Amino acid sequence: MDLYKLTLHELRDLIAKGEVNAKDAAFSYTRRIGRVESDIHAFTTLTANATISMAEAAEKAVLDGKVGPLTGVPFAIKDNMATKGIRTTCSSKMLENFIPPYESTVTSRLTDAGYVLLGKANMDEFAMGSSTENSAFFTTRNPWDTERIPGGSSGGSAAAVAADMCAAALGSDTGGSIRQPAACCGVVGLKPTYGRVSRYGLVAFASSLDQIGPITKDVEDSAIVMNVIGGHDPSDSTSADVPLPDFTAHLKDGVKGLKVGIPKEYLIAGGIDQEVYLAVKEAIDVLKGMGAEVKDVSLPHTDYAVATYYLLATSEASSNLARYDGVKYGYRAPEFTDLLDMYKKSRSQGFGPEVKRRIMLGTYALSSGYYDAYYKKAQQVRTLIKRDFDEAFKDVDIIVTPTAPTAAFKIGEKTDDPLQMYLSDIFTISVNLAGIPGISIPCGLTRERLPIGLQILGRHFDEETVLRAAWAYENATDWHKKRPTLAE
Amino acid sequence: MKFETVIGLEVHAQLKTKSKIFCGCSTQFGSAPNSQTCQVCIGMPGVLPVLNRTAIEYIVKTGLAMNCRISPYSRFARKNYFYPDLPKGYQISQYELPVCEGGHVEFMVDGQLKKVGLTRIHLEEDAGKNLHEGIKDASHVDLNRTGVPLMEIVSEPDIRTPEEAAEYMRKLRTILRYIDVCDGNMEEGSLRCDANVSIRPVGQKEFGTRAELKNMNSFKNVAKAIEYEIRRQTQLIEDGGRVIQETRLWDANQGITISMRGKEEAHDYRYFPDPDLVPIEVSSSWLEEIRGTLPELPDAKKDRFVSQYGIPEYDAMVLTESRQMADYYERTAALSQPKLASNWIMGDVMRELKNDGAEIEDCPLTPENLSGMLKLIEDNTISGKIAKTVFEEIYRSGKTAEDVVREKGLVQITDDGAIIKVIEEVMAANPDKVADYRSGKDKLFGFFVGQVMKASGGKANPAKVNDLLREKLS
Ligand SMILES: [Zn+2]
Repeated sequence: MDLYKLTLHELRDLIAKGEVNAKDAAFSYTRRIGRVESDIHAFTTLTANATISMAEAAEKAVLDGKVGPLTGVPFAIKDNMATKGIRTTCSSKMLENFIPPYESTVTSRLTDAGYVLLGKANMDEFAMGSSTENSAFFTTRNPWDTERIPGGSSGGSAAAVAADMCAAALGSDTGGSIRQPAACCGVVGLKPTYGRVSRYGLVAFASSLDQIGPITKDVEDSAIVMNVIGGHDPSDSTSADVPLPDFTAHLKDGVKGLKVGIPKEYLIAGGIDQEVYLAVKEAIDVLKGMGAEVKDVSLPHTDYAVATYYLLATSEASSNLARYDGVKYGYRAPEFTDLLDMYKKSRSQGFGPEVKRRIMLGTYALSSGYYDAYYKKAQQVRTLIKRDFDEAFKDVDIIVTPTAPTAAFKIGEKTDDPLQMYLSDIFTISVNLAGIPGISIPCGLTRERLPIGLQILGRHFDEETVLRAAWAYENATDWHKKRPTLAE
Repeated sequence: MKFETVIGLEVHAQLKTKSKIFCGCSTQFGSAPNSQTCQVCIGMPGVLPVLNRTAIEYIVKTGLAMNCRISPYSRFARKNYFYPDLPKGYQISQYELPVCEGGHVEFMVDGQLKKVGLTRIHLEEDAGKNLHEGIKDASHVDLNRTGVPLMEIVSEPDIRTPEEAAEYMRKLRTILRYIDVCDGNMEEGSLRCDANVSIRPVGQKEFGTRAELKNMNSFKNVAKAIEYEIRRQTQLIEDGGRVIQETRLWDANQGITISMRGKEEAHDYRYFPDPDLVPIEVSSSWLEEIRGTLPELPDAKKDRFVSQYGIPEYDAMVLTESRQMADYYERTAALSQPKLASNWIMGDVMRELKNDGAEIEDCPLTPENLSGMLKLIEDNTISGKIAKTVFEEIYRSGKTAEDVVREKGLVQITDDGAIIKVIEEVMAANPDKVADYRSGKDKLFGFFVGQVMKASGGKANPAKVNDLLREKLS
């Protein structure tokens, strides 16, 4: 049996029952990584020693009868989550040698649950991008076609899951950075409600939008990971103190009578690929076939989402990234004349072009004289976008859209046109602005055998309904079982 | 042309919380550099601030004590600028929605009541400190102070003279110490003051261009720096020049302010609401709970002292400058005559404290021992003059006045016979002076009083000496 091909819950159950040894499972993945990583480039750091000691701990836990919900399950963690003693780079030259002396809340919860860390996953620098082409180190390849991007910014995480290089991964999603790569790589990616998962230890891009979530091989796996990473954290003031349900409890309850909204603004949006359009339509029919009630809804402020997002996210980023100044940690220019020169050179050399572009955009939007016209106006539009969803969710339980307008594009195809790149997130961005949960699940393949993602959105803190609909669809189809053909 | 000065003060008060405002690190002063830091206060990637609720309690307490409106809903904002002592590249402060708005403070200047309005009081985190001394070719940064909670108390431009500015500062310190939210130590920097100073021709409504003065680390220096700045601006305008808006540093050694030209003003701080922190909500029940912890405030205490103890307003004000002083007075006045108590405390006790550089809480003389001595004065056991000697004996020793009086035989002589005996001796020893007095040299009376007092070792009751001497000499 090739252990690396199993889903998280299959592997976990075998380890818990003692049928599979945790160390064997870990080695199965490290061998798999050894075979395919040179084609995929999913990892910035492989954590050989930590992997072994965590697998040994899992092995011991099984022997001691102290099995946790993730005992022995090997993970890839996006490289913007702090792992104590393990390099956390954000795929930036700025933090190339940064080793945090503290652990993020999510990874410490995974640790408590018994997980095994395989490595840190590549990403767009500081999570800014939709392709991992903004990584300061290398571009991750899409396992379905290594000439193509895996999506981003959590491209390393999604590619690692799709290529069976880990049982599951964590990504972070500021404007679609979990869902869009999940769609591109044909895996499941969930962005939870803002405040559901602690951001403590997540290197901030845009604090009011960032949210950590699972990237997995199927929907049940996402529910299992959510049970572990979700819930209030006193170290994050923005984490919500609301009860955490067991996300697996009602997973298989079906969609009969569930009201599904289709936002008319999304399906007529320009740039949506015909194959994507048809796949999503078909998926809606599948839901209808299982007894869901489909309705049109309107999200009238959709057109403003991208502009609003790029004002707010960049404003916050311009401030969040001010700490990388060469003084305390991270990159410092080797030569400079005085303090100001050190700042300028360290930041000019340490950040890549997209990060600098966004810092400049955000700095501009917050400048005196422009604040009201840009930042403040964007906040007001954000409220309208939120209200759009509140209105829509009065009539429906979930909203279904494509995750991205197209399947994975070619590496280099959009690097010269940042605006075109920004539009990759057109269907995902509003979700972060509204703070609601959204999942992307596989719903088809293009003629070129590239995965297509279906996005399902729900009410605030109603991941349960989102997961239930996603599971029902997944159970009725077998898109999630399709795997890229890679050298074995 | 006659000019009028307009002054507004921005006072930073360090809150006495045990831990920092957004992490659990200690706020203790004077520890080894960077020994009181963690990943949160040094701004490592991915960390998040968590608000210390005590800081909110303290600022609300302050707002209530200074008659402010307490916002039920306020926000933190980021003030963005680059500096090595600011590890995140922004300071968490408040901008659009501060915790306290409005309010006022009253105090006396030259016997006149002065009222200064407050614009706002907001919370913010302190920055660290750059270290240059003794370091070659580099600068180091100490982040112990980073994240220590500060309140910024911003006054309206209601202050008109350097003396008012200093008195305003004193009053702020008095209130902050009363409510126990700030130790008010200007030398250690737990109370800091920036002054916005401008002048305008008397009668003009518009404000003149202001200079912002920094680096005054005592009440005296606040007044001196403003005094200097008024002279500088007046001279400048009279010479046909123009005041420019700038930040100026007070140099206490040279007694002048020095321009930090342009630097500060060039900043655009790009304030925006901090997305890592949720809005601060002060519910009405919490507000009432905090109000319940307020002690009697200095103004109320002063009024009570005047009516309860019948002492002059000025005395009451001096005695209520600190809670400890007021307590000392009340304990003394409870056991002796209140006016006598205030005279001795404001005179001899305060003089001794000043000589020792000590505060009332360190006073070696207990209110009980002081009032013990005052009682001896009241019942004529000792004279006021003898009391000075007794005071010196008991101030440091812990002895009671009664013991000292007994040991040294300082009991006042009030017996007529004993006094007459001394008078007769003095008259016998100075027959020519007696003759001179009797022939009309009235001035010699003082000589006889002095001789009698001296002969009695200062113990004779002066009033009796007077009466009996007059009788015998006539
Ligand atoms: Zn700290």
